[in-house]
Amino acid sequence: MFGGSPFLFHFINSSRRSLPGDYSHALSLVSSAPHFSFFPSPPSSLLYLSPSIFHSLLHLPFSLLSSSPANTPHQKPKGSRKVERDRTMSSAFSAGKFTTQPFPLNTTSPRSHDKPFNIPSATSPFFGSSRKLRLNSSSKLNLHRRSGTVVAVSDVVKEKKSKFAPNLLITKEEGLVLYEDMVLGRAFEDMCAQMYYRGKMFGFVHLYNGQEAVSTGFIKHLKKEDSVVSTYRDHVHALSKGVPARAVMSELFGKTTGCCRGQGGSMHMFSSEHNLLGGFAFIGEGIPVATGAAFTSKYKREVLKEADCDHVTLAFFGDGTCNNGQFFECLNMAALWKLPIVFVVENNLWAIGMSHLRATSDPQIYKKGPAFGMPGIHVDGMDVLKVREVAKEAIGRARRGEGPTLVECETYRFRGHSLADPDELRDPAEKAHYAARDPITALKKYLIENSLASEAELKAIDKKIDEVVEDSVEFADESPLPSRSQLLENVFADPKGFGIGPDGQYRCEDPKFTEGTAHV
Amino acid sequence: MAAIFQGVGAAAALSSSPSNSFDSKKLLFSPRRSFSVKKGASVVVVRSDGNVNLDLNPRGRRAQQLIANAVATKADSSATSSSSKPGHELLLFEALREGLEEEMERDASVCVMGEDVGHYGGSYKVTKGLATKFGDLRVLDTPIAENSFTGMGIGAAMTGLRPVVEGMNMGFLLLAFNQISNNCGMLHYTSGGQFTIPIVIRGPGGVGRQLGAEHSQRLESYFQSIPGIQMVACSTPYNAKGLMKAAIRSENPVILFEHVLLYNLKERIPDEDYICNLEEAEMVRPGEHVTILTYSRMRYHVMQAAKTLVNKGYDPEVIDIRSLKPFDLYTIGNSVKKTHRVLIVEECMRTGGIGASLTAAINENFLDYLDAPIMCLSSQDVPTPYAGTLEEWTVVQPAQIVTAVEQLCH
Repeated sequence: MFGGSPFLFHFINSSRRSLPGDYSHALSLVSSAPHFSFFPSPPSSLLYLSPSIFHSLLHLPFSLLSSSPANTPHQKPKGSRKVERDRTMSSAFSAGKFTTQPFPLNTTSPRSHDKPFNIPSATSPFFGSSRKLRLNSSSKLNLHRRSGTVVAVSDVVKEKKSKFAPNLLITKEEGLVLYEDMVLGRAFEDMCAQMYYRGKMFGFVHLYNGQEAVSTGFIKHLKKEDSVVSTYRDHVHALSKGVPARAVMSELFGKTTGCCRGQGGSMHMFSSEHNLLGGFAFIGEGIPVATGAAFTSKYKREVLKEADCDHVTLAFFGDGTCNNGQFFECLNMAALWKLPIVFVVENNLWAIGMSHLRATSDPQIYKKGPAFGMPGIHVDGMDVLKVREVAKEAIGRARRGEGPTLVECETYRFRGHSLADPDELRDPAEKAHYAARDPITALKKYLIENSLASEAELKAIDKKIDEVVEDSVEFADESPLPSRSQLLENVFADPKGFGIGPDGQYRCEDPKFTEGTAHV
Repeated sequence: MAAIFQGVGAAAALSSSPSNSFDSKKLLFSPRRSFSVKKGASVVVVRSDGNVNLDLNPRGRRAQQLIANAVATKADSSATSSSSKPGHELLLFEALREGLEEEMERDASVCVMGEDVGHYGGSYKVTKGLATKFGDLRVLDTPIAENSFTGMGIGAAMTGLRPVVEGMNMGFLLLAFNQISNNCGMLHYTSGGQFTIPIVIRGPGGVGRQLGAEHSQRLESYFQSIPGIQMVACSTPYNAKGLMKAAIRSENPVILFEHVLLYNLKERIPDEDYICNLEEAEMVRPGEHVTILTYSRMRYHVMQAAKTLVNKGYDPEVIDIRSLKPFDLYTIGNSVKKTHRVLIVEECMRTGGIGASLTAAINENFLDYLDAPIMCLSSQDVPTPYAGTLEEWTVVQPAQIVTAVEQLCH
């Protein structure tokens, strides 16, 4: 009845996880076609990977505007494939789309001479597994193969979850860490907005509200030595990675105590101590840098013989970037050399005012992974626990040297693209839909309903974070602005690069140089 | 500490024959340290005809002292060869390879990335044999994705490696402009000094033999405004090896411009370890009448013109500026103060080229010393044509240089 995976059903039987969401609908999708991404690794490792990966894949489709097709601001693209595009935005991730797409699998030709690529053929059971398909009692599943209305399966915790055994995903400590990190991100960004409108920070400030689950879900799995590369929407990545709120706020105020001495600003957060490699203003620019950091990790292990070097790099970027050449070039190189990197797409559906669907021929970004020989995974980015599960697998894969992974996190930004964006294009219904799926609210509910934390404990964390953010503002306010002498520092690592002046001395030896008034 | 320069032979003017083999015997400086001789050292002036004399008159001494830093001579000569090794002869691309290989042996974090640098040995054989010796990861064959592999080099440099990125042709690095400008030049600054980017980006550029417009580009003019990078251009096997090594050892991002037509230059270079200072210019031929500033391939056109000029009674001072960014205003300034006339000969386009910037810099700093406006001979603002005759006319030829000097010295 399907080419779907035996694992899925095996999973249903065996691992009873307590996760928010409604599986049944999603299962119907799985049953129709192999729409989740192809793992080029041998089946045995898939067994290890699969459960949680599949978990998130179950929540692939969900509605964006399921109830109001008339409200969509965009037009039907011309000449588009009928099945996929004759709907509103809700069809973007609907079931119907998956079934019509033939799954391109290059199964026969090896990729290169030296490494025969072991791909199970498309016609065999999905992962070459000989496991028999076992249907469980959920054969009463609703097989909505071409359902027009797609239910939002990744909503906040539903009550039917009680039928699962209490096998929680996180411990109390982990839960509180996640909660605190997300609240820090949210509170910090809200404070940024306030400070911006009060004239304390300037320029382009891009806030992360609504996307905290992605940052927290991924970065909290990392060690200090692992690297993170971000975009201009980098405040929360910096905070999650461990850069103190004070340093980030000072940087935003342009003070000399900022993490980049006030020289970077909102879009260029760097921290060598915490291995945050930026902060890039042009989209796509950071992906090659992340690839380079992953290359260094591999180089250290294989050339410099630092056997325990298993540092992983995470590259965060958005949906708009996925149409950029650097993205594809780096997917290719990372998969080619099996670099320890995870490409995390924060698909918030909008690149300033450009809807993802209007910009992308095939909006399903996760499918671009297998085209380059790496797994592509789609996960509900509004749910920190799901993101965490996927992140664990992807980061684990990279750490074991199995190569890169492309993870598409479906998420949403509650605010405009930047504080200068009036945000008039997005449909209020869409915003309301996602506001109802606020990741912090969801986690809070989960923690309380599973008795992992009490209301009081969470409120205490809220209060603590408020104090941290207030303190960071105070610190930034009181910090000094950069002095003139800082102007010419740090242009070159070796200031001899400014050259030799007419008097025969190196320009950096000129006393005016250190004062910042030298003419270079 | 006095340093004695000994001439090794005439700074022979080079023939402009189309053959690729040049013999360049030049006055070259082989420093023991990266900084050259201190000012005020008494020096032996080496004349272009190879005679060595000690010039004791005050004006001469001052002139000697002024040019002390810039004089480039070989440390060994036939007279004192017992104290130093004989050196070895090689071609320019081999000198580049030697420099690269020595640095890779010296520091395990030095690696090479580029198209066809590994198994193919480099499209101009600069990296030949290195992949066999150091492995496929240290000499990495990349896919054809300049922007991304240059960015990858930058990311690797930020995290502890010292990559040497090769652009198969400098023109291809236009695709990497995003990474070179935004990340290579800027990340040290925008990170507040937290990350250094000790990357070397190198490749052959310049007008070749009928390679067509896109393979004949001179990117030094496009890159020169990028803050945070250094640019150097090599022109002889000696300075090619020296600059390569200095660039690799430098903590700054350095772009090393090579020239397609100079790869087969032959020269005898010292056996011992040496580097060339990245910020210094090279005195090719001291003189009195006019300062000719040049770099890369035009150096040879200038030296050929110099032969004619000497026969006509002129005494040009030829300086290979080598450091395209920043300019060595000390060497250049001293020369201007001596000769009061400046001719710039370059292969860049007329508009916005290195010559344009150099003209501005000299005018700004040394206007009082000029007896005549600076003349700048550059390539025509024309996409390099394929036809041989047309191509010849877009680039500065020795005859034009002779005419220009005659005009200047009137």
